[in-house]
Amino acid sequence: MTVRLTVNGVRHEGRCEPRKLLVDFLREDLGLTGTHVGCEHGICGACTILVNGEAARSCIMFAVQADGAALTTVEGLMRDGKLHPLQEAFREHHGLQCGFCTPGMLLTALDFLRTNPAPTEAEIREGVSAVLCRCTGYHGIIKAVEAAAAQLRTP
Amino acid sequence: MSLIGAPVRRLEDARLLTGHGRFVADIVLPRMLHAAFLRSPHAHARIHHLDLGRARAAPGVSACLGGQDLKPLARPIRAESRMKGYHATDFPPLAVGKVRYAGEAVAAVVGESRYAAEDAVELIDVGWEPLAVVGSVEAAAREGSPLLHEEAGTNVLLARAFVQGDAEAALSTAAVVVGDRFRFHRHAGVTMENRACLADWDAGGGVLTLWSSTQVPGLLRDALAELLDVPAHRVRVVAPDVGGGFGVKSALYPEEVTVCALARLLGRPVKWVGDRREDLLTSTQAWDELIDARLGLAADGTLSALSARVLADVGAYSVHPWTASIEVIQVISFLPGPYRLPHYRGEAQGVATNKAPMGPYRGVGRPVSTFVTEALLDRAARRLGMDPVELRLKNLVRPDEFPYRSPSGVVWDGGSFVESLERARELAGYAQAREEQRRARERKRWLGIGVAVYVELTGVGSAIPASPGAAINTGTEGATVRVDPGGTVTATFGVACHGQGHETTLAQVVAAEVGTRLEDVRVIEGDTAASPTGTGTYASRTAVIAGGAAMLASRAVKEKALRIAAHQLEASVEDLALEDGRASVRGGAGRSVTLREIAAAAYAGAKRLPQGMEPGLEATRFYDPYFGTASNASHVAVVEVDVETCAVTLRRFVVVEDCGRIINPLIVEGQAIGGVAQGVGAALLEEVVYDGDGQLLTGTLMDYLVPTASEVPAIEVHHLERPSPTTLGGFKGVGEGGTIGAPAAVANAIADALAPLGVEITELPVTPERLFRLVHCSGAREPAKTVGGLSQTRDERDA
Repeated sequence: MTVRLTVNGVRHEGRCEPRKLLVDFLREDLGLTGTHVGCEHGICGACTILVNGEAARSCIMFAVQADGAALTTVEGLMRDGKLHPLQEAFREHHGLQCGFCTPGMLLTALDFLRTNPAPTEAEIREGVSAVLCRCTGYHGIIKAVEAAAAQLRTP
Repeated sequence: MSLIGAPVRRLEDARLLTGHGRFVADIVLPRMLHAAFLRSPHAHARIHHLDLGRARAAPGVSACLGGQDLKPLARPIRAESRMKGYHATDFPPLAVGKVRYAGEAVAAVVGESRYAAEDAVELIDVGWEPLAVVGSVEAAAREGSPLLHEEAGTNVLLARAFVQGDAEAALSTAAVVVGDRFRFHRHAGVTMENRACLADWDAGGGVLTLWSSTQVPGLLRDALAELLDVPAHRVRVVAPDVGGGFGVKSALYPEEVTVCALARLLGRPVKWVGDRREDLLTSTQAWDELIDARLGLAADGTLSALSARVLADVGAYSVHPWTASIEVIQVISFLPGPYRLPHYRGEAQGVATNKAPMGPYRGVGRPVSTFVTEALLDRAARRLGMDPVELRLKNLVRPDEFPYRSPSGVVWDGGSFVESLERARELAGYAQAREEQRRARERKRWLGIGVAVYVELTGVGSAIPASPGAAINTGTEGATVRVDPGGTVTATFGVACHGQGHETTLAQVVAAEVGTRLEDVRVIEGDTAASPTGTGTYASRTAVIAGGAAMLASRAVKEKALRIAAHQLEASVEDLALEDGRASVRGGAGRSVTLREIAAAAYAGAKRLPQGMEPGLEATRFYDPYFGTASNASHVAVVEVDVETCAVTLRRFVVVEDCGRIINPLIVEGQAIGGVAQGVGAALLEEVVYDGDGQLLTGTLMDYLVPTASEVPAIEVHHLERPSPTTLGGFKGVGEGGTIGAPAAVANAIADALAPLGVEITELPVTPERLFRLVHCSGAREPAKTVGGLSQTRDERDA
């Protein structure tokens, strides 16, 4: 089947089997390997991307379901060659170790801050609990999201 | 400020934050094929026939192999050991004749895509003859049990004891003896990146390259050379970005051998990327031990004796190179903990069952030994009416007693056992917490305070093998520090990284020791073709051993650079200082040369160098800390238990750790907190469950519960930073400690909370269901409700 979609502002057209997972299409057909596959059953959140602006798990969507959609992946977060404030905050606060969950964590946090720009710590914990991180104990991640929220609120 | 000790932001973060990391699954080679495995649906069964015909004929399939087909291409994995009482057994990469656990690889299909390969797996026809499943260690150890490995003649794959003094005699005269049967259930490491590997055979040069999500590229290189009969200098193993290891990726796996054999057979690259089901079924698991332990004390609380028998479920196979002994021998090695203990007897048996193989996981044995010893100490304190912190302080090895030889023969070179506990007591506000607990109890709210103190041997040198008797040396690592003609520095290591930030920390060490800028140092690791000989990263060894090798190689380079600079500046070496990439004459009114100018001369030949000096500016050095060094910490957990819902809330978690001289405090804190988070998961949530037929019931992340941000508390970490007296640089390891102390601290806090109800914690994890049974069904004093027949009573258990 033919799939037409926009990823990080760039339009793509590709052909794939109807059963092909969206994450496999992104990684194999478009070469965007920043989105990771951690469980293929929608629990770990490593594959989280934005589909039409909202966080979604690309391991439990078929590529054909994203036909016509606008997607954002981790490769699309930088602006003008600079890290997004959320990426910068993750580096500043040691919010990543192995980096495998990080792309999904960043996109989840971005969507969370869109819906809740001034969260409490408990709200951040709940917000990012959609993604499993095995390395950090979440400490640096929570601090990074707190810091990014403050930064993003500053006009 | 020195670069060693500076909170440098990680150099590897930029690529990982932007999607430019390079994990095995991200690597694409021309003409690459994809492997999928047929895995056994049975825990124990004979393979009568294996019909691969339909799979081989399926569209897009290049090859399909069973165990018999692979036999001429690769030897079986076999973990050898000199340890007495150990039976080595074969672990064929694809099952031959029979399978021994559910999930064991039976056949491999190689296709144009993973989708095509998996389709063809469905077409394989196997004739199974199910065999009696060996599920429990107690049944497996009995005479007449069905055997997993007929060649061993027993399911008891290993037996060993450590003895000092006469524990039984001392227990018979002790004023107080506390004891129980403890159980720490089976655990899975759950790296967020599943295991994956990609093999490429270069027929022209006869060179095999394996990219693998592994902690141990050096160990794999040596093992693959042997099993595949390729000379080691023609085997290259690369660990690119690796998404977590925690010990799970430190053994040689069947898939790694199989894809190498397939790539050589087909002359095309073959990639396998494991999925989560395969990870939970086949990655090495941890713990799963039954411990019968008794602790004897004098009336004043002085420890006299500890006696323990440990029965370990080692699963179906012994993994290379650690063998089935790695976990349980560590339990009996470290049960005495950081305490003075005159009499000790620790016996261990490792018993094969039809489950996934046991392997090293963060803490290895010590989360279990610490749980048991610390639980017994709390029980003794309650019996003696002593404060549990005071009881520990009375028995901890004191500063004037180092070096201290433990009852199992481990030498503690130094440490801050007493200081760490005193500091943790103070920082946790222990006295106030006790007061708050007292008030809460009056209102029937159950607050508990749990303490755990541990010491671990890190940076283990060649005197003590990381795994007893294993046929490899794990005590050394090398470093090459090379200054190129442009004056920038490349440092290569045999270790490998899976989240610890070596590209930053090892660069800090090299930059500080050479005397150059951090941005001018690049660290390369995890590639056997690029590095000096080494094994990899495991057992909290990299800061100590690779850090030590980095210091030696950097100092050798610096010394030569200064000799060249002295020649250039017509000054004496003693008068020169090399800092920030510039060698200056002290008090020499700005007379200086840059490292770039020094390096240019180094490669320009004899006429620009001191007479007789060999050109070039690089050094390779190896470091062996010989014994290894003691890293220690005290953990304090404060919990609240809701006896109605059996939910446990962690209100505070305080860590006072001593990992010696700190290279980067951000990284140390990250390691400590991440370790505690895994320990909290182990204490409260995580359990691998098999049913009586050896079927895995926790085969998804909906069943195997990894802590989320909502379950991990804010963790407060404080550093003591007492440099190691024995290692170069004063470094000690810090990678595992959090996971060693946390389960014990949490278990003790829950037991402390429920002490008025007469509840003791003998099993981990303390899931809500277990807690419900303890509180409501086990004869607890109050607020027990009668729910008949669910569990044995406390009296029976204690009997």
